[in-house]
Amino acid sequence: MAFSATAQRAALAQGFATSIPSADQPSKASFAAFSGFRPVALKKAALDLHSAKPARVSMQAVATKASAFESITQAPPDPILGVSEAFKADTSSDKLNLGVGAYRTEDIKPYVLDVVKKAEKLMLENGENKEYLPIEGLADFNKATVALLLGSDNKAVKDGRVATIQSLSGTGSLRLGAAFLARFYPGRTVFLSNPTWGNHKNIFADAGVEWKEYRYFNPATIGLDFEGMMADIEAAPNGSVIVLHGCAHNPTGIDPTPEQWSKIADLIEKKNHLPFFDVAYQGFASGSLDEDAASVRLFVERGFELLVAQSYSKNLGLYAERIGALNAVLPTADLATKVKSQLKRLARALYSNPPVHGARIVAYVVGNNDIFDEWKQEMAGMAGRIQAVRATLVEELKKRDTKGRDWSFITSQIGMFSFTGLKPAQVENMTKKWHVYMTKDGRISLAGLNKARAGYLADAMIDSFDNF
Amino acid sequence: MMASHQVTMEKTSARKESSVWQGVEQGPEDPILGVTVAFNKDNHPDKVNLGVGAYRTEEGKPLVLDVVRRAEAAIVADRSVNKEYLPIIGLASFCKLSAQLILGADCPAIVEKRTTTVQCLSGTGSLRVGAEFIGKHYHQTIIYIPDPTWGNHNKIFPLGGVSVRKYRYYDPATRGLDFQGMMEDLHSAPSGAVVLLHACAHNPTGVDPTPEQWEQIRRLIRSKKQLPFFDSAYQGFASGSLDRDAAPVRSFAGDGGEMLIAQSYAKNLGLYGERVGALTFVCGSPDVAKRVESQLKLVIRPMYSNPPGHGARIVEAVLSDKQLFQDWTVELKGMADRIITMRHKLFDALKQKGTPGRWSHIVKQIGMFTFTGLNKDQVVFMTKEYHIYMTADGRISMAGLNSKNVHHLAEAIHAAVTRRS
Repeated sequence: MAFSATAQRAALAQGFATSIPSADQPSKASFAAFSGFRPVALKKAALDLHSAKPARVSMQAVATKASAFESITQAPPDPILGVSEAFKADTSSDKLNLGVGAYRTEDIKPYVLDVVKKAEKLMLENGENKEYLPIEGLADFNKATVALLLGSDNKAVKDGRVATIQSLSGTGSLRLGAAFLARFYPGRTVFLSNPTWGNHKNIFADAGVEWKEYRYFNPATIGLDFEGMMADIEAAPNGSVIVLHGCAHNPTGIDPTPEQWSKIADLIEKKNHLPFFDVAYQGFASGSLDEDAASVRLFVERGFELLVAQSYSKNLGLYAERIGALNAVLPTADLATKVKSQLKRLARALYSNPPVHGARIVAYVVGNNDIFDEWKQEMAGMAGRIQAVRATLVEELKKRDTKGRDWSFITSQIGMFSFTGLKPAQVENMTKKWHVYMTKDGRISLAGLNKARAGYLADAMIDSFDNF
Repeated sequence: MMASHQVTMEKTSARKESSVWQGVEQGPEDPILGVTVAFNKDNHPDKVNLGVGAYRTEEGKPLVLDVVRRAEAAIVADRSVNKEYLPIIGLASFCKLSAQLILGADCPAIVEKRTTTVQCLSGTGSLRVGAEFIGKHYHQTIIYIPDPTWGNHNKIFPLGGVSVRKYRYYDPATRGLDFQGMMEDLHSAPSGAVVLLHACAHNPTGVDPTPEQWEQIRRLIRSKKQLPFFDSAYQGFASGSLDRDAAPVRSFAGDGGEMLIAQSYAKNLGLYGERVGALTFVCGSPDVAKRVESQLKLVIRPMYSNPPGHGARIVEAVLSDKQLFQDWTVELKGMADRIITMRHKLFDALKQKGTPGRWSHIVKQIGMFTFTGLNKDQVVFMTKEYHIYMTADGRISMAGLNSKNVHHLAEAIHAAVTRRS
């Protein structure tokens, strides 16, 4: 089945290439305007920008020249990463960055894991070279990553049914998977939880894949809307793609129970849907690598074919090294070989081959038993600190709360984030008055909080909830 | 209970056989990177890998530059360096230094703040981000690429939403530049089209325009209001001089017009596996540059969020430290000189053997590669009988040659050219 992604992508590009020099025309790139894939054929500008005015010979030192990009509009800052930028610009000594999900120590400092430092030192001592990796990445890394995800004795791996491609952390793995879907599973809709990590929507959209949402968060209970979730997955056309957060759902911190996972699997099987797991927090949610992989392992055990995107940004603190993997579990080894070959072609046209540094660090850490054990301890330490901070925040909120509200959702939510339920106007107050930086959807990163500032945060939250 | 268990079992095994990917076919190995895959499978002691453009020492070993080792040791030991996410567009100092490296610090476009530079994943990543941006925002989503060109160009642009057309470039008769053909094709290309130009050391041919020809190319492109997109993967590697190799790019940047530049540090800093490069836009005004930068973030964030830090820090260290930079230029010249030496050795060996045909192009062509003129059958023969690994288009990477294997290659070429087909 030959499907011309080229034609579609070119058509897409054509459709969206509106360079009409009008202020009213929203650029495709505008975050606010863009809410999903719309395969509408927009008329291209017939206007030749360059013939609009004859070129002037400017006598000014800084000439204002005609530009082929004159009509490009200023894009708004990224809703998540832009928060850190705003935080940096704030001069208040009270400021608190609860925006991006990057772990901080109890001293609110970035943390490079000891095992990472050990691995880097060893890499230098061993005089590792900087040759191109194969397109699919470092072999030792690929072996290690799938063993971590599925368990070292996993039958699917032993049978050769898993295709693994080292990719650019979670984002890159998702994008590679999305590009693969666009080309080899065209015309299908991807279902994302509502809410979900904001970047999911743009990843699928930019890859040319339509997305819709399934209910997930119930604001009334501050818990999982399981009935809504099941109803929406049931209503999705057979063979849809369902994106599932493996653990520590982002942004809500609410995960299905094991029983619920089982029922979700039953339904997905019945509907012949394709699960696409996003695993960005393995080891970070509960502190245990195995426990956090339970949902993925359940599905693989049950014989599903599925995609899994992995990231080592959080659990190994390798944010900047962009290290992750896209795994495809197929029914046969033959298919796994074929799928891998096609994933390689897509990767080659994106970045040729992935960066070596982060992959080597992971391989060194996992490949050495002592260092691996140490990692597990450091990870448990990080997860533990966040759990402790959650508990402290709840105490501080209870102390200040005159309305007797239930704050237990903060300790029952899992992972780095808490979905506070703060509304946009309340969030604005958090930032404007209290210099607390968080995302507009009400998500706070507990990783950026410590016990010492928990009281301050509680003050800010109570004030925002009560007065806005 | 038994019944439902049985039903589940059947469902599971029935599921296993069918797949939504049933129609997926085996994709071919990449024509360039696949050569290394094949090379690795070969156990013959005399095998030679002349496929991918990765520098090898005289001992046939990969090289980590001394300045890179020094920079890296300092970075790893530095307690103030962490692994936090880089900004979407990468390390700011890296971007600034990269723009200065290719354009020259005194470039009017830089002085006038009309440029924006974003860190990307080496040359490929820079090209892909540029392609996606063009596909999204530029009014002419057509790019003209030279014939022949680096194979991956043909894949990157269409997937980025830009259709590809060719302009004549290589003249097999002269084994040099088909300048007239190039000018004709660029002239008949539509106004406003994007034109891909290899900044120096054209890949795969090693044939570069002369300065005079570059000037004519520039005038033509500007008169047609076409948008130049430079691919600069070999700055410093072609002639041994960073500034000389940047001359064509700088002449375009100095004329006030707009352009894109993709830079790679894979070869000149030997940072292949670190995937470090940069994409620069030279724009009509600072305001346009600012807006372009903001839109580039929207291309990058859904692709990989932010670029890898390690390689960028190494580049930053080398470019910003006077001693390291100076030492780098020496190492770079050393690599370029060794390649020029190998060109002469191969040429001499063929002459000595009396191999039929003209071989002067081996010493005339520039950069890492030689476009030998050998055809596909000859290449297949050389791989089979002599275990010479190279791309099917007859391109060889001179960087893979040394005094020990150059004669083996000469023998192989001689045999391929003289055998009766």
